[in-house]
Amino acid sequence: MDPKPTPQEDPALLAAFEARIAAGESIEPKDWMPERYRRQLTRMMSQHAHSEVVGMLPEGNWITRAPSLRRKMSLIAKVQDEAGHGLYIYCGTETLGVDRFDLYRQLLDGTAKYSSIFNYPTLAWADMGVIGWLVDGAAIVNQTVLAKTSYGPYARAMVRICKEENFHKRQGYELCATLAAGTPAQRAMLQDSVNRFWWPALMMFGPSDTDSPNSAELLRWRVKRKTNDELRQRFVNLTVPQAQAIGVTLPDPDLRFDPETKNWVFGAIDWSEFYEVIKGNGPCNQERLAARNRAHDEGRWVREAATAHQAKQAARSTEAA
Amino acid sequence: MSAGAIGGDSHWPLWEVFTQGNQGEPFEHAGSLHATDAEHALQNARDVYARRGEAVNLWVVPSSAITASAPGDAGPFFDPGNDKAYRHPQFYKVPRGVKVF
Amino acid sequence: MSAAHGDEELGIAAGEASAGTRPVAGARGPDLGDPLVECLLRLGDDRLILGHRLSEWCGHGPILEEDIALSNLALDLIGQAASLLRLAGEVEGRGRDEDALAYFRDGVQFRNCLLVEQPNGDFGVTMVRQFLFDAHSVLVWEALAAGGHPGLAAVAGKALKEDKYHLRHSSEWVVRLGDGTAESHARVQRALDDLWRFTGELFRRDAVDEAVAAHGIALDAAAIRPRWDAIVDDVLARATLVRPADAGMRHGGRTGRHTEHLGHLLATMQIVARSHPGAAW
Repeated sequence: MDPKPTPQEDPALLAAFEARIAAGESIEPKDWMPERYRRQLTRMMSQHAHSEVVGMLPEGNWITRAPSLRRKMSLIAKVQDEAGHGLYIYCGTETLGVDRFDLYRQLLDGTAKYSSIFNYPTLAWADMGVIGWLVDGAAIVNQTVLAKTSYGPYARAMVRICKEENFHKRQGYELCATLAAGTPAQRAMLQDSVNRFWWPALMMFGPSDTDSPNSAELLRWRVKRKTNDELRQRFVNLTVPQAQAIGVTLPDPDLRFDPETKNWVFGAIDWSEFYEVIKGNGPCNQERLAARNRAHDEGRWVREAATAHQAKQAARSTEAA
Repeated sequence: MSAGAIGGDSHWPLWEVFTQGNQGEPFEHAGSLHATDAEHALQNARDVYARRGEAVNLWVVPSSAITASAPGDAGPFFDPGNDKAYRHPQFYKVPRGVKVF
Repeated sequence: MSAAHGDEELGIAAGEASAGTRPVAGARGPDLGDPLVECLLRLGDDRLILGHRLSEWCGHGPILEEDIALSNLALDLIGQAASLLRLAGEVEGRGRDEDALAYFRDGVQFRNCLLVEQPNGDFGVTMVRQFLFDAHSVLVWEALAAGGHPGLAAVAGKALKEDKYHLRHSSEWVVRLGDGTAESHARVQRALDDLWRFTGELFRRDAVDEAVAAHGIALDAAAIRPRWDAIVDDVLARATLVRPADAGMRHGGRTGRHTEHLGHLLATMQIVARSHPGAAW
C-alpha cells in the first residue's frame, strides 16, 4: 500500500521512541518518530478526516426535508459539526508535515479511503435517527478510545470531537424513540432503517484483527488502544438494550445473550459486502465522490478570488507603506 | 490539477487559533485553520472554534510566525528550572506559631 | 353528458334560480389577516426561507471553513424564524405553532419577500442575496429592538447581534469576490444585476405597516432606506462593483404573490411533514 520503501530506522532512536510509548507519553509533532508511525498516522487520520467530510452528504441529503424546525436545526448543527471535525483532523494531520489540500486531492481522485458506511444511501427520514444512534454510536465507541492515542494532536482533536459528538448520538436515539412511539407508518420507517444500517454499522469497526493488516503495529505503538473486535463487541453490548428499550428488532436471527461472557453474541458478518464497498462498488460510492468533486470544482473560482483579493490587498498596503 | 496550482487551499495560509473561554482567563490554543488574511481567519475561527460559545475572545496567528522550542532542547531548556527550589515559597521557613502568612 | 350531470360531478349545486343572483364582484387584493400576525409572518417567513436556502449549501460549500460558516447563518435564521412564527401563532390564537405555520401553509400564504426565495445559484449569487438582505435586516432589528412590542423586541435584540455578524461576513465576501479575479468580478456583478430587482420590495410600505404602528412596531422604510443605501454603496465601492439602476422592481411576496421558485422549495421542505399528518417528530 505504501509506495515508498520503509527506511531503516536508527535502532537507538527507535528504542527510545518505543520506551516513551510504553511509558504512556504522548508524541508531539516535532518529536522523533519512526517513518512507519508517521505514515500510519497520516493514513489513519486522513481517512478519518475524509470520513467526516464525506459523512456530511448522507445526512445533508435530508436537511431540506426535515419535518420540524427543531429537527432541521439539529440536523444542520450535526452536519456542520462533521465539517468541523473533518477540519480539526485535517489540521491535526498537517502537523505530520502533509498539506490538507494534497490529502483532499487523494479523496477527490478516489485514491484515499473513507468509512464505508457513508456509501450507503439515506432513503427515509428515519435514517437521520438511525445514523445518529448506530453510526455515531459506533464512531463514539471508536473515538473514545482514540482520545487516548499516542499522537498528541490526534488525541486532542478526538477529545474535542468526543465532547461535541455527545449530542449526535442522543439526538439520533431521541429521534428513533419518537418514531418508535409514533404512527404505524413511522414505526415501519424506523424498523426498515434499522434493518438497513445494522450490519454496515457493525462493519465500521473494520475486519477482525486477525485479518487487519495494520492492527498489530498500530496497537504496539498505541495509535490504536483496542482491537476492532473488542470495540465491535462493546458497541453491540451497548446497543442491544437500547434497541429493546424502544421496541425495534435487529436483523440478526443469531443474536443472543451469553450469560457467561455477558456479551451479546451476534451472527457472522458478510465481509464480502464490506470489501465490495471498499473497492468502490457500494451503493453510493460514485455519487459521494461526484458530490465532493462538484463542490470542489464549483468552489475553485471562489478560492481563487479570495487568494487574488488578498494579494491585491497586500500589494496596496506595500504601496502605501 | 497540481497541488501548487492556484485555487488550492494550500494557497491559503495556515493560522493558529487561540480562544479565551471567559473574561480574565488565559488564551488557549484551540486548533488551526486556513484563511487568506487576518479578518478572514478571525471569521473562520469564530465559526469553527467558537460555535458553542467556547470563547469571549479570539486570537489568530499565522502558523509561520510561531517559533517553537525543539524537542532536543527539552533538557537544556527546562531541566534547569526544576532545581531552583528558592523560587518556590516552600523553600522559606516561617517562625513556628505564625499560622497564617 | 348533460351539463347538470357535470355540475353534480364537480360538486357544484348550481340551481338555475340562484346562479343569477350569486355575487360575482370580488375584492381586488388578496385577503390579509390581522396586521400584527401578518407583520410577524413577514419577518418570520423571510428568515425561514432564507435559512432554508442556505441550508441547501450544507456539505457543498467552496471550502470546509465556509461550509461551517453558511451553516451558522442558516441556524441563526431558522432559529429567528421559529421564534417569530411561534409568536405569530400565539397572536393569531388558532392553535398553530411554528411547525404548523412552516409546514402546513401553501405558497400563497407565505409572506416572505421575493429576494430570499431566489435560488442559490453560485456562491456569488448566494453571497449577494445574503448581503442585500443582511444590510436591511440589521436596520430592521435595530428599529424593532427599540420598539414597543415586548415579545418582538426580545427577538430583535438577539437577532440583531446575529445579523450584525452575518452582515460582516457577507460584506467581506462581496468585497473579496468583487475585487478578486476577473471571473469572480463578472460573476458577482451579474448576480447583483440579477437580484437588484428584488430589493425595492424591502422598502415598500403598505396597510400592514401602518396598522402595526399601533402595537409600537414602527418600521420606517423611509428612514431605513438611506442607511441601507450607505451600507450597500460602501461595500459595492470596496468591491469595485457597479450599483444597478432602480428599474423594473418586483414585489408581491408580502401578499403571497411569489415567484415560481417558492413552490418547489416548499414542496421539498414540507414533504415529510405533510406525508404523515398528525405525526410527532
